[in-house]
Parts: sequence; C-alpha cells; structure tokens
Amino acid sequence: MTTPPTAATREALGSTLVRLQRAGADIVVLDADLGKSTTARGFKDAFPDRFFSFGVAEQNMVSAAGGFATTGHVVVASTFAVFAEHAFDQLRMSIAQPRLNVKIVASHGGVSVGEDGASAESVEDYALFSSLVNFVVVVPADVVEAEAIIEAAIAAPGPWYIRTGRPKIPVIYTQGARFTLGKADMLRDGGDVTIVACGLMVGRSLQAAEALAQQGVSARVLNMATIRPLDIAALSTAARETGAIVVAEEHLVHSGLGAMCAQALAQIAPVPMEFVGVQDRYGESGTSDEVLELMGLTAAKVVEAAQRVIARKR
Amino acid sequence: METGSRMVADTALDLSAFALRVRRHIVRMVYEAKSGHIGGSMSSTEIMAVLYGRTMRHDPARPDWPERDRLIMSKGHCTPVLYATLAEFGYLAVDELKTFRRKGSRLQGHAVLGKPEGVENSAGALGMGLSFGLGIRLGQRLSGVDARVYVLMGDGEQDEGQVWEAAMAAAHHNAEGLVAIIDRNGIQNDDFTAATMRTEPLAQKYRAFGWEVHPGIDDDHGIDGHDLAAVEEALTWAGSVLGKPACVIFDTVKGKGVSFMENNPNFHGAPPSDEQFVLAMQELGA
Repeated sequence: MTTPPTAATREALGSTLVRLQRAGADIVVLDADLGKSTTARGFKDAFPDRFFSFGVAEQNMVSAAGGFATTGHVVVASTFAVFAEHAFDQLRMSIAQPRLNVKIVASHGGVSVGEDGASAESVEDYALFSSLVNFVVVVPADVVEAEAIIEAAIAAPGPWYIRTGRPKIPVIYTQGARFTLGKADMLRDGGDVTIVACGLMVGRSLQAAEALAQQGVSARVLNMATIRPLDIAALSTAARETGAIVVAEEHLVHSGLGAMCAQALAQIAPVPMEFVGVQDRYGESGTSDEVLELMGLTAAKVVEAAQRVIARKR
Repeated sequence: METGSRMVADTALDLSAFALRVRRHIVRMVYEAKSGHIGGSMSSTEIMAVLYGRTMRHDPARPDWPERDRLIMSKGHCTPVLYATLAEFGYLAVDELKTFRRKGSRLQGHAVLGKPEGVENSAGALGMGLSFGLGIRLGQRLSGVDARVYVLMGDGEQDEGQVWEAAMAAAHHNAEGLVAIIDRNGIQNDDFTAATMRTEPLAQKYRAFGWEVHPGIDDDHGIDGHDLAAVEEALTWAGSVLGKPACVIFDTVKGKGVSFMENNPNFHGAPPSDEQFVLAMQELGA
C-alpha cells in the first residue's frame, strides 16, 4: 500500500496568486502579519508593490480592503480564521453590504491547528461568514481544490470567504481538477447513505466510505466545498436516492454545514440525518490528529454515524 | 467645470448662501422624516460646502470618474448634510430629499455606498471611514491616480480603536492625499465628549502617529469650522501636504445655525417638534 501525497490547503495561496498575477490578473494582497503562515508572503516576494502590510490590525485591514476594492483592483486579505472573526462588523459594513470585490482567504481554519489550542482554533468561522449577505463561502478539501477555488475567486466579482487549513492532509484531486462554484462534487457514488463533507473531513469521509463498503454498505460521498450558495439540488437528489444523510465537518455542528443542509432538506426532502462535527465546545492543545480525535472528527466516527442513520431509515 | 486641472469647483459659488440652503434642507428633512441627525449635520455644513464647492475635484455628471476626489462620510449618521450637499450639486434632485428615511427611498438613514451616486461608502457603524479611505488612496496610488480622499469623522468617533489602527497604517504607508477631517463639535450620542471619553489632545495624537496636522492647530484650538475662509484655507493646505497623510481638526458647534439647537445634546439624533421646526426655519431665513 502506498502512502498518498499530502499537503496543507494553505500552501495554495501564495503560489496561486503569483501564477494568476503573472498571467495578467490585477491582484493586491493585504496582510496582517501572518503572511508566512498563510503563504501570502510568497506574493510579496514576487510583487512587493502589490503587497500591503497592515500589522496586527484586522479591523483596519478589512475596511481598507473594501475601500481598495472600489478602485478596481482584486483585493485578497489574508489572516487566520479566528482573526478574520475579529473584524466581523467591518466585514459586514465595509465589504458585505456594499458587495465589494474582496476575497478573504483565512488559513488555520478548524481545530486541526492543534498545538496552539482554543484561541487559535476556529470552530465558528464559516457560520459567521455564512451569516453575511452577499458572501460566497468555500472550504477546499485539499490543496489542488484550494488552487482551483482561489483561481475561481479571483475571476469572480464580489466577496468570498475561503477557509484553508494548517496541517498536511491527503491530496484527493489530481492536478488541474476544476472547481465549479455552488456544485457539490460526487467523489463516490452509493445507494445506502450519503456523506456530505467539506474540508479535511472529505478525505476522512472517503476512508469511511471504504470501511463501510467492506461491511456491505454503499455510501455516496459529496464534497460540499461551497457552503454558500449551497447545492440544494445535489442534496435533494442524495436524499431521494439514498434516504439518509451524514454531514461531516470541522466546525460547530449547530451552526455549520450540517445545520444548513438540514434546513434545506427540511423543506424539500426530509430524511434521517446525523452530524459529525464539533459539539458545542472549544478546542484545546494537542497534535492536529490528537485534537481531531478528541473532537470526534475521524473516519471511524463517520462510519458510526452512517450506521446510526441507516438504522433510522424506514 | 474644468476637468483637466486639480480644481473643478465653481469658485463663483456663494458658499454662505449655499450653507444656508443646506441647513434649511437638513432641518426640513429631519422634521419630515421625524428622525435623523440634525446636530452633527449642521456642525459639518461649512466643511462640506467648502469641500464640494472649492476643494474637491469632482463632477456630478461622472460620479464614477476614477480621477475624482472622494469624500468618505465616516460619521455615517450625518446623511442629511451629505444628501443635501449632493443635491445642491446635482447628484440627485433637491425634490428627492423629501424621501429621506422613507420606505423605498435611496436616501437611507445611514450612508449606503452608491445610494445615490456620489455616496462613496457605507457607514453608520463608526470608526471605519479612515480605514476605508486609506484603502481607496492606496488603490488610487497603485493605479497612478493623483487624487485626494477626504474622510470626515466626528470627535466622538475618535473613541473607536479602529480609527487609531488606520491612523498608524496611513502614516506607515505614507498615504499622501489622505486627509482626516475631524468635526470637533464636542457632543456625542449621550453626552458631551469630554464626559464620555477623554480623547484629547487629538492634535498631539495625530502628530505622534506621523500625520501632518494643520500648523494653526494646537491643544486648545482647532480651525474655526464655520468660518468659510478659514475652512477653505485649511482644506486647501491639507490637499497640498506631501509625503504623509494630513489632518485638520475643526472646532464646530453642534446644531450650528439654530439658536436652541446649538451645543444642545438633545439635537444629536432627535427631530424638532412642529413648533421648533417653525422657529428653526425662521432663524434660517426661510
């Protein structure tokens, strides 16, 4: 058995922006003293005149990003997910309401940040961004998808939130894979249950589906990278064709992808659902894998959820 | 209006008469809407008149002209003076001022970018305008546009921490062409600013942050924000500062122009009664 290649989704940022700028884009990057970690600093090395340091001051950076966008440049503002949350009202007033062309690319999303502990582990970031009218919210499943998402974001008008992660995780997609905004990607078909996932839980859900197959259970896996706008058609089809749904995410369950899927399905195709995610608590220190285990964000937990939801089918 | 030079203003415009017309609009708009912010609008009236009538390069026929100077209304509740000034310059019909704060109107209670054209930012949450203006100025500079961005703030607004983040960053980026204007009327929502939060000495603070503050301003005195000649001199100076951002602190009177509204905290965000409206319009010569 060969070990699949791994990479962190955050690694896509700097290199993709440099490639797009070289290809003729009009990108500027605003940074809040975390460019080495988000990898945005790679853009500074290539285009120093297009890289703007804002220091550790996210509120100013976010409002300035909105103003900057009114002059026609494509603005990328980058920090950690928890620190993007620091500027919520600025995101609302300076970007979302006037619908300005700013891409917030935040790394270190979720609890897999690991050692830094609760303060650094965003368990609520895309709930906040999903509450902002006009924002597109996307969570890539691997570094290849992250590159495709960043490229799509630069080409599309309007505000986007892209959450990337710190740890190296398995690469799922082959190089050059395309991303379509608002379309779930069915990575594995199946008829007994559908696992809907985003971010690093996509890879873990594929492992879960493999384990379920060995038990004779046929699981469909949907990569729901786009959280807003949600692919309600794919959810509806999955509900009708498989009759049970598990949602797996690295986020609070009560305000994340699962909650949004449940709301959509309650109206059009209610089926039994189970939710694998962070349960009403903050994270803590440990290695990335240890914290994910502690929070129940493992393939084994997805398998258990699938077994439970299938048992509830009528 | 000339568009080739920095100045496109109609220098023949009688700013004194202009300011009087704007004050009448302000009082009428807030009276008819039964809500809105008279006090801070009246304290900014001369500043706005000089900006649009003398200092700023702008063209109402081309509100999206990339070379234009911009006014960022950071004290976003002071829409009456903003809409009235824009209406007098033809960005919207004066008649539309009647729709202020009404259902379906473009003239929202607090500023919304693009409603109407000429409104350059969304505001109402305080403290964001200087940051937003800094972003605009950096974007203009990257595009090779030599324009000015004037950010109008209140003195109560200086409580907001984000203002000081922006002040630091603007100096760090040598944001020539960014002008911070503080309408120091001394009153904020609940009370006098001195009783609410001690923000002074503002001039020293901006200087310490790396800004060029108008040389006529010290700890005790700003520029008289109701003396049209003084306002014009100060804003012209601010637009000519090289290499760093510029700041002008104007000493103003909240509710200026109507005796019983002047320096009265009750006219921050409350409309006049029927009787007060009649008296106010009389004082404004209407």
